[in-house]
Amino acid sequence: MKIKKNIATSENGFVFNPATGDSFSGNAMASVILLAMKNGVNTAEIKADILKKYDVSVAQLDRDWEDWIIQLKEANLLELELNHGN
Amino acid sequence: MATRYTGLCIGVTGLNANDNPGPGIAVIRALKAGLGDDIRIVGFAYESLEPGIYMQGLVDKTYQLPYPTAGTGALLERLTYINNQEKLTAIIPNFDAELHNFIIIAPSLLKIGIRTFLPSLAQLQVRDKANLFEFGNKNGLPVPPHYKLFSAADLPHVTEELGFPLVIKGKFYDAYIAVNMDSALKAFKQLEAAWGYPVIAQKYIKGTEINVAALGSGNGSNLSIVPMRKLYITEKGKAWAGVTIEDNALVELADQFAKATQWRGAYELEIIRDAEDQLFIIEINPRFPAWIYLAAAAGQNQPAALIKMSMGENVTPFNSYETGKLFIRHSWDQVVDIAEFQKMSAFGEL
Repeated sequence: MKIKKNIATSENGFVFNPATGDSFSGNAMASVILLAMKNGVNTAEIKADILKKYDVSVAQLDRDWEDWIIQLKEANLLELELNHGN
Repeated sequence: MATRYTGLCIGVTGLNANDNPGPGIAVIRALKAGLGDDIRIVGFAYESLEPGIYMQGLVDKTYQLPYPTAGTGALLERLTYINNQEKLTAIIPNFDAELHNFIIIAPSLLKIGIRTFLPSLAQLQVRDKANLFEFGNKNGLPVPPHYKLFSAADLPHVTEELGFPLVIKGKFYDAYIAVNMDSALKAFKQLEAAWGYPVIAQKYIKGTEINVAALGSGNGSNLSIVPMRKLYITEKGKAWAGVTIEDNALVELADQFAKATQWRGAYELEIIRDAEDQLFIIEINPRFPAWIYLAAAAGQNQPAALIKMSMGENVTPFNSYETGKLFIRHSWDQVVDIAEFQKMSAFGEL
């Protein structure tokens, strides 16, 4: 999954899509994940990092991740070309 | 410090900075930002309560103009009088309804030294609300279907064709979304009384409202294109806040329009982007929009470029602007002495 290149993110979780003018407020966690995705870190690495830092099961993280990706799609923040390898 | 623009005297209409604002004040702010504070701004007003008349930091002097219905003779006579006092360099008309007259008298204005940079009458006509659908079809521009209404008796057939909701629009200004026959009839009556015929019924497109401010060179290209997404919309459908965005599809639409019309001067595309990401042009305004100062603040000062073009300068097309630049409009109570209002009302100048 790749975040669109032109999406602007800030450290405090504010996201601006310059193509649509939409803006979103995310929490600190969202901000960290968005930044990682924007920097090209793949899904497996991001998930591994979360599992290392937080007390969460793999199953729960997978469910939350799916929900996260749905939200990103709805917000039109993902590149159309999906990288299934990640 | 003096520049080559020091002392230019520019006439600007559209000083009605109210809840349905004319573009005049935004144009003046952009002119001062682009050409320097030492230009002289002469405001042209139609009514004594247009707020811009009393904005002393922006408007140096204001003259009342005859309404467009008074015709070109009255307008030229008035502008000749004003020019004798002011030695105008150029005029930027900012109302749809006055453009027809200004275009007709443009050669006469030039003879007395006043420049303009306007579209031709044919160009003006082609994007008229009443002709927009046919124009779009002919040139491959996406425009929602519409019907021209000349009597209330046209409504049943048209509403059957377009379905509800639909948009009922005035010839020059105003639009209402009609959700049933009663509201369609009410809108039709209000708009025919205000603006005459035809009243337009347009298919309603649900989606995000985007406007594009552009400046056509007159030879089929654009010198500047700045798209803005509306973030806060008033009951009258006007943007009260908006943000510059970047989308090549919008730029391509504007380029397609300029190529099809050879548009000369300012214009604004009003666009809806629907849920399937399809763009529809719902209106094309033949002038700067009221939010034009945002374009200048984002890096493309279209009013200043237009004045330079009118003076024969070779203006390099803009190629970038800042996205994510917001404008947030606000209200401000100006306090003026009744004597000033009285002077404007009685003598037609202040």
